[in-house]
Amino acid sequence: MANRKIVATKLRANDLILCSSNENLMAKEENSGKILPESRTDKKYNEARRTFLKQSSLLTALALAPPAVVKAAEAGLDEKVADQFEKVPLSLEINGELKKLSVEPRTTLLDLLREQLDLTGTKKGCDYGQCGACTVHADGQRINSCLSLTVMQEGKKITTIEGLATGDELHPMQAAFIEYDGFQCGYCTPGQIMSGVACIREGHANSESEIREYMSGNICRCGAYPNIIKAITAVKKGGKKV
Amino acid sequence: MRKVVMGDRLDRVEGQLKVTGVARYAAEYNLPGVAHGVLVTSSIPRGRISKIDTKAAERAPGVLAVVTHENAPEVPGYEASVNNEGSRVYGQEFRLFYDDKILHNFQPVALVVADTYERAVHGAFLVSIGYEKELHNTSLRDNLDDAFTPADQKDHKRGRPDAYKEAPVLVEQEYHTPIQVHNPMETHSTTALWEGDKKVKVYNKTQATKISQKEISKAFDLEKENVEAHSPFVGGAFGSSSRLWPQEMAAIMGAKVTGRPVKVMLMRDQVFNMVGYRPASVQYFSVGATAEGKLLGIAHHARGFTSRYEQFTERLLDPTKSMYSCPNMDTSYKLVSLDMSTPCWTRGPGETSGSFALESAMDELAYALKMDPLELRKINYAEKDPENDKPWSSNYLLQCYERGAERFGWSRRNPEPRSMREGEWLVGLGMASGIYKAARDRAEARVKLLADGSVLLRSAVADVGPGSATIFTQIAADRLGLPMEKVRFEWGNSVFPYAPGQFGSHTTASVGSAVYEVCTDLKQRLQELAVNQPGSPLYGAQAADLFFEGNTLKTKTGNASLRYADVLELHALKELEVSRESRGGPELDEFSSKSFCANFVEVRVHAATGEVRVAKVVSAVDAGKIMNHKTAESQVYGSVVWGIGIALMEEGIIDHRFGRHLNNDLADYHVPINADVPDIDVIFTDLEDPIVDPMGAKGIGEIPLIGFTAAIANAVYHATGKRITKLPITPDKLL
Ligand code: FES
Ligand code: FES
Repeated sequence: MANRKIVATKLRANDLILCSSNENLMAKEENSGKILPESRTDKKYNEARRTFLKQSSLLTALALAPPAVVKAAEAGLDEKVADQFEKVPLSLEINGELKKLSVEPRTTLLDLLREQLDLTGTKKGCDYGQCGACTVHADGQRINSCLSLTVMQEGKKITTIEGLATGDELHPMQAAFIEYDGFQCGYCTPGQIMSGVACIREGHANSESEIREYMSGNICRCGAYPNIIKAITAVKKGGKKV
Repeated sequence: MRKVVMGDRLDRVEGQLKVTGVARYAAEYNLPGVAHGVLVTSSIPRGRISKIDTKAAERAPGVLAVVTHENAPEVPGYEASVNNEGSRVYGQEFRLFYDDKILHNFQPVALVVADTYERAVHGAFLVSIGYEKELHNTSLRDNLDDAFTPADQKDHKRGRPDAYKEAPVLVEQEYHTPIQVHNPMETHSTTALWEGDKKVKVYNKTQATKISQKEISKAFDLEKENVEAHSPFVGGAFGSSSRLWPQEMAAIMGAKVTGRPVKVMLMRDQVFNMVGYRPASVQYFSVGATAEGKLLGIAHHARGFTSRYEQFTERLLDPTKSMYSCPNMDTSYKLVSLDMSTPCWTRGPGETSGSFALESAMDELAYALKMDPLELRKINYAEKDPENDKPWSSNYLLQCYERGAERFGWSRRNPEPRSMREGEWLVGLGMASGIYKAARDRAEARVKLLADGSVLLRSAVADVGPGSATIFTQIAADRLGLPMEKVRFEWGNSVFPYAPGQFGSHTTASVGSAVYEVCTDLKQRLQELAVNQPGSPLYGAQAADLFFEGNTLKTKTGNASLRYADVLELHALKELEVSRESRGGPELDEFSSKSFCANFVEVRVHAATGEVRVAKVVSAVDAGKIMNHKTAESQVYGSVVWGIGIALMEEGIIDHRFGRHLNNDLADYHVPINADVPDIDVIFTDLEDPIVDPMGAKGIGEIPLIGFTAAIANAVYHATGKRITKLPITPDKLL
């Protein structure tokens, strides 16, 4: 519909595509120009070795696996394919904690958070940059973590929903979402909250209609929109630092 | 410590878990050794698999197993089901990896399990499949001649079915509604874990842990106690998680084959034709009335579709049968079998589509009569249910009309179409009524009083977003005179006491009653224990001389009292547990129980582009006594947002040449976003229904959606003079 802020892409989870990391994170179509993240050019990637055999849990799995699985593995690993799975070392800060990681280049930030770091508060709603459920902050800016490869985040500060509260004290936006019932099933909620905080920080929360526009990249299928607007408006009016 | 009362605007009990990201949904249980399963789906709608080559996938790094019909573990339940007896859908359920037949596009044909998600996805793309295609049909409109009457349906006729034909004023119209896909934000997900050969646990996306348990135990021939369905958090469902689906079967099979926990989370494009959707409809509607506007007769013939293997039926005709006083009626409902996956219940399953026809036709009739559409509805108000002549258990529809119209400012409406304008925008005001069953089912609840005077309450019920967990905590707190913090409610697990599925707007009435009654029982039991123990300050007291105040049992004379915890102490009990089954009495059958609503909508239609914006909504709802105004309002918002989506943008589009969806993602399948939704003003009659349940509540999850799409279409007609009879109302239809 009109005003739709969703970036229409056809990025499928397996496509080995690198995305530009600018503010309007726009995925490139397959076979179109591949853009390397800036950070990559500054860093040494030559440490990347064929370490996956050692690192993967495949061997452990084999020891426990029933015959069918062993058969699959005995078929041998295709070296050419293996090349593509070499891991890349990188460091980034997540919720104030410095992480030194070794990741497959194709791993999205979203999958890294959810599947490898067990930070499951960030949600996957579409994996194609169309719903906003995966919104996190990278150096303070909201991004769709499903559209961002982890290797693009080298050196960045990532904040997820788990890192928003200060100790036991909820972030004002979290408290407002509870008070105004800004959710139902709660699945879009972490993304809405991260977006809502960014919306205020960006200076895009000056009226209800402005908030509606700038929150339209976050779908809520339960239809909590009116209360999301109330929550963000209240936080903005409350004047607390977000 | 404020006294908790049913109705209070309390925050959700699980709110903190949801806003901090702590709440875990089905695919978020990262169990030790968990592997990832990704489904490979068919690219043809009908035929058979001629060859399936999994070698490359099996060789790919990290791949643990590839499961197909050639090597899948046996599913004993598949063999046993004949016409899916005992199931809620007539026919042969879909059997995952059962044989080489392709019954619909996007049918899962292989599962690749790998140690990481990326490796599983890659493995899935290495599976190569050859097909033998057969001719397919995926179009309802092209196959209407093949419509048949489903096994569980009877045509409803009353009076003189043909009477409408002789009516002085007659409106006849054909209405179409498209495929709508639930698209909950969380796609369908399951993490499955076998404990030995005979026991399985699923962290599951389901609206019904007990149905999940039952269907899995049937499929894998396991004892019920050995199947645990765990589902406290569900990322939206709207009907789409109320039966066993391929992702559950796949996760369970994958876990069996690999010996590891396996999680399967469908990709967004996979949910469009695998895990249910609202089927399209074609409806022929005729309504005849006297010159004064009294309805004389209605004919409503609805056509929907289903898969080739099951007969999924909807309640398209229900609103027509009961909404208005009308002596003569002729209705029929038929299905066409198509090469599609079986549709499933979708918020207001049937009523939502059927009421689009009914409430649009009422608007057309009002114009034909030169009568106010609200007035037309009022004069045809049904004093009892015209379908069966039963009295209403409660019906405050007239109040919904009055209060809704006043709040909305219906009187400012100039009846002339295209008569109101603001700059470039044509302004239109429309309204519609709604009716939805207020059912109640059997449910159980268990409450345990603990030594510290707090209680633990349990039910297998799911809470997919309506706020049921909060409401049940609230009902218990109210009944027991405790603050919310002293009531801990645990839900969403099949090991807990029986609860029906959270669908059909009957969770509050069913499970709420069990909670209400089990709390009454607990107090009763405490009272007995307080008076039957020598040494108790209340020993020997007569029931008539006692009363509860908060958590204290007192004598009316005021000379003695005992708190809940004191009673336990008196009997040297650590805790006291009471269980209760609740099902309602015979009076439920003597009355017709429904929720009602009146929706008022203002739209702006851009004169040059045909863009439709919903500018204002007033939804007046009779859902009986409201249990929590905060969560109840959210339920209405949900329905209204759904109504806007169905009316203006949602449509599952199939390219019939290939029998395949064209818009199966959230960029091309439009759902309402924040900027599409205006202020929504909710009015509750908040009046008790004396029959359905002891709280006086009726259902609320679906009623505001019934008729809503027609309210928009009627407003668009008023704005533009164009009657749109085929949803969604996209700009091209208005130019
Ligand atoms: S999951 Fe990233 S935008 Fe939907
Ligand atoms: S709360 Fe369910 S999708 Fe937003």
